[in-house]
Amino acid sequence: MTLSDAISAATRGQAGSAPRALSGWVVRALSLAALVAFWWALAWLKADPMVLPGPQVVLPRMAQEAASGALWVHLGATLWRVVQAFVWAMSLGLVLGVAMGLMPALNRWLDPWLVVFLNLPALVVIVLCFLWIGLNETAAIVAVAINKIPLVTVMTREGARALNAPLSDMARVFGMSPLSRLRHILLPQMAPHLASTARSGLSLIWKIVLVVEFLGRGQGVGFKIHLHFQMFDVTMVMVYALAFIAVMLAIETLILQPIEARARRWRDA
Amino acid sequence: MSLQVAIRSKAFGGVAVLRDVSFQLARGEVLAVLGPSGVGKSTLLRLIAGLDTEYDGRISREGRLAMVFQEPTLMPWRSARDNLRLTTGVSMTEAEAALDRVGLAGKGALYPGQLSLGQQRRLSIARAYAARPDILLLDEPFVSLDAALVDDMLALTQSVIREQHPATVFVTHAAHEADALATRRIQLQPVAQNT
Repeated sequence: MTLSDAISAATRGQAGSAPRALSGWVVRALSLAALVAFWWALAWLKADPMVLPGPQVVLPRMAQEAASGALWVHLGATLWRVVQAFVWAMSLGLVLGVAMGLMPALNRWLDPWLVVFLNLPALVVIVLCFLWIGLNETAAIVAVAINKIPLVTVMTREGARALNAPLSDMARVFGMSPLSRLRHILLPQMAPHLASTARSGLSLIWKIVLVVEFLGRGQGVGFKIHLHFQMFDVTMVMVYALAFIAVMLAIETLILQPIEARARRWRDA
Repeated sequence: MSLQVAIRSKAFGGVAVLRDVSFQLARGEVLAVLGPSGVGKSTLLRLIAGLDTEYDGRISREGRLAMVFQEPTLMPWRSARDNLRLTTGVSMTEAEAALDRVGLAGKGALYPGQLSLGQQRRLSIARAYAARPDILLLDEPFVSLDAALVDDMLALTQSVIREQHPATVFVTHAAHEADALATRRIQLQPVAQNT
């Protein structure tokens, strides 16, 4: 490739960035449509809606649940637990991870704890929290947060270890305030780690929340799945599971991705 | 005195890098620190800046500090203008004036990654001057600038020193840069390891 070829290829690439972004959305929609088609084909082959109902069975039932208001009540309860556990886990995990990443002595002391908590099965934490705290909201949120904090800590610790030391030196020399350093030096460097932690965190937290609700709550998607599991109502199990997956997809697309794009815009400039 | 340095020794892992370096600087004075690579010139600046506190001796500073590092050391996620404002606390207008002074007028909205290395260096120089420091540390600030630009930057530095009167420590390899700026100079020599 000659230099002029390379330049014209680069120019074409810049000019074509908008259509490429658009095609990304189209591909995403087509991919999801293919998954629905695959599900429909499997249901058609099985030909037993009691075992595997197709979209033509599940979607009308979902509409009925939504119209009755029950779907929103349970989705709301689960989402609120996810949000609370997410905020606690991200906040505590971020503080711990940054502290351990920046202070090797603290890391030496706390790393064994981290290994213990990383390997503690989620179910054990949930059962113990219900036994020790009681069958209440506090136990549910604490159980989910404890399950997630070690992972957030590990991921943010790696981010803190990769911080740019010369930039920290510059901030010290120019006397930037601690808050200013946090906002303009630390967080922008941590942003990629925080984004991936938030994404993996959300997907893990809502799964654990469902287990918590399955075991010990009277409201929420997990509770409904437990209820319909006992009645072997596969259709309703899928209604609630798919509805919450849709909520999480919306959060990913409408909240997490725009925040990540905003934090990354200087790279694309 | 704005700056008093009395370093008996500084070592890395038992290997002495600096020994018996002492000087005092008043406001408006410019000390050129010369010497071959690896002799400890940048280490001396880090000690003065308070970035390294593990040494034997005493350093006292009075007033506000600013430094031009060997690398531009800019926040790549903030615009050129914000790189000045957020580190020095100057207003938008003052930031634009500082950019104008180093030949970066109209580039305030650009991110450092959109500037050439020479422009990034000038931005880091503008940042140090915008801080209006009492003590100014320059660690080979004109490396990688072309000869004409070095002359411009030297003239700018001279005018800044005339206006703001910082006590300046200027590390350089280039004797003509030292001749242009320095009122005094010290030559660092490699430390003999067997003494």
